[in-house]
This record gives sequence, C-alpha cells and structure tokens, in this order.
Amino acid sequence: MKVKVKIVLKEGILDPQGKAVLHAINDLKYQGVQEVRIGKYVELTFNGKNKSFVEKEAKEICHKLLSNPVMENYEFEIEENQ
Amino acid sequence: MKIAVIVFPGSNCDHDAYFAFRKILNMDTDFVWHKETDLSPYDLIVLPGGFSYGDYLRCGAIARFSPVMKEVIAKADKGARIIGICNGFQILTESGLLPGALIRNMNQQFICRDVHLKVLNNQTPFTHLCEKNEILRVPIAHGEGNYYCSTEVMEELEENAQVVFRYCTTDGSENQEANPNGSIDNIAGIINKQGNVLGMMPHPERNAENMIGNGDGKKILTSLVVDFLRN
Repeated sequence: MKVKVKIVLKEGILDPQGKAVLHAINDLKYQGVQEVRIGKYVELTFNGKNKSFVEKEAKEICHKLLSNPVMENYEFEIEENQ
Repeated sequence: MKIAVIVFPGSNCDHDAYFAFRKILNMDTDFVWHKETDLSPYDLIVLPGGFSYGDYLRCGAIARFSPVMKEVIAKADKGARIIGICNGFQILTESGLLPGALIRNMNQQFICRDVHLKVLNNQTPFTHLCEKNEILRVPIAHGEGNYYCSTEVMEELEENAQVVFRYCTTDGSENQEANPNGSIDNIAGIINKQGNVLGMMPHPERNAENMIGNGDGKKILTSLVVDFLRN
C-alpha cells in the first residue's frame, strides 16, 4: 500500500523559493501565473493491507516527522493497488 | 561543572564549541555522541551548529529523534541549562523545547558574516554578564535562520521577555536593514518560559577570543559558567 504525502508551507508564510520561481516564470513571458508555492512530496510504502491502520500510522508519521505543524500543512492519499 | 557538546552526524561547530569551553574557559567539557542516553554527569548541554543529517527533510527534523534528545528533553524539564546554537536552535524548535520554527532566509542565500545583536533580556543565565540593550558583534552562518512564529506565540514571547537577542545596526536600531534573514521582529535568539533553554542563530563560540574578533561571544559562554558557580 502506498501513501502519497504532500507537504506545503502554511498560507501567509513567505515562500522565497516560490517567489524566485515566479520571477523566472514571468521572465519567460508567462503572465498568467499569480503565485508559486513550493512543497515536498513523500511516498511511504507500507507492507500491511489494513487501510485504517495505514491511515492512522501515516497520519502520526506526517504529524511527528514529515511536517512541522508550526509552519506546514500536509495531506495524503492512500493507493491500495500496490 | 561538566559540559556536554552533543555531536550529531553532520554537526560541524562541535569543535568550535568544545574549544571555547575547554580551551578558552578551561571548563571540563566532553563531546557526547548522539547515540548516548545518559547525560546525568552534565550541568550544561550544548547543541552545536552544523548540518545534522544533512538538513534532510527540514533542519533539525531528524536529529530531534536521535536517542540523546530524549535525555536532553528530560534534563530541560528538570531545569538543566541547554544552549542550542544555529542548527542546535533548529533542533530545539523541532523538538518543541522552544516555540516557533526557522525557515529559509528571505533572500534564499546562505549568509555567513558578522551581525550585531541587542541583548534585550539580561536576566538570564546566558546573558547576565551583559548590560541590558548591550550590542554584541557575533557571526552568523546559516541558510535557514528566518525565525517564524504565530501572532499568539509572539505575544507570549513578548509578555515573558523571552526574546533575548534581536538583530540591530551598529548603533542599535532594530530595523529591516539590520535583519539578515527576514526573522519576525528581528529575532535572533529566544529562551523558554522557564528560562533554562536558549536557542540562537548567531555563533558566540566563533567570537570567543580577541584573536579572532572582539571576543563578544565569550560573554554569553562565561555567563553560563559564572551562573553555575554562583548557584
């Protein structure tokens, strides 16, 4: 079972990396992009088949280690056909 | 008095801290590997600067779960003095011993230069040898030193005089020009509510003798030693 985790900086926290990328996008003459936020993507592969157990553990791992709740939000989806 | 300098894989200011306490201040100082679980002989714990675990995931995020950190947290709860410098500060916020977080410098660059700090609170074991509002010159060397916290946490920090150091100009103005990394309110170092755990991004141990600067950082290290000997 695969858990696909996305971690992003909370709204309102300046993302200098995103800002630099936005500048580059504008330099390429794409004028439609208003904001860029850069985050992290993490894949966790579990060996169990119990979805509720995987969900519970993934949530704990995201909260304790993969994200810092002071500055980041996370979300994940579980892919069962693995 | 016995001092522990914790060494994580990727620490690189551990020798500077060791040198400052052992050779400059003549204190009984040991390197302690992060796998250790007993810190009972130590009165002061130093979490040094560096790039623990290569700054993977987030600065300090993995070091915070090193075996020694359980004991560091237990000692902190019992009132032991703990100082986290640079990466050590990041480990302290990640472990929840200090509030807030340290995010990427506003200008995206790794900054390595001297800055000026104003001592806002000199009623701490870390700063009692400084005058209130004294200006110290201390180097910084970091890419993620931009202190962030919520408005509620900020209010609490102010209320309890937990902001110990702010970046300032040579004449003491705490303005944006003096803020190297974008930290909220020019914050360079904070202390916990109990007053025994301090985190700071600048490196006092790198300016602890006149030969390599003006020795301003020594005041912070000496404060800790004198505080211990007095009690």
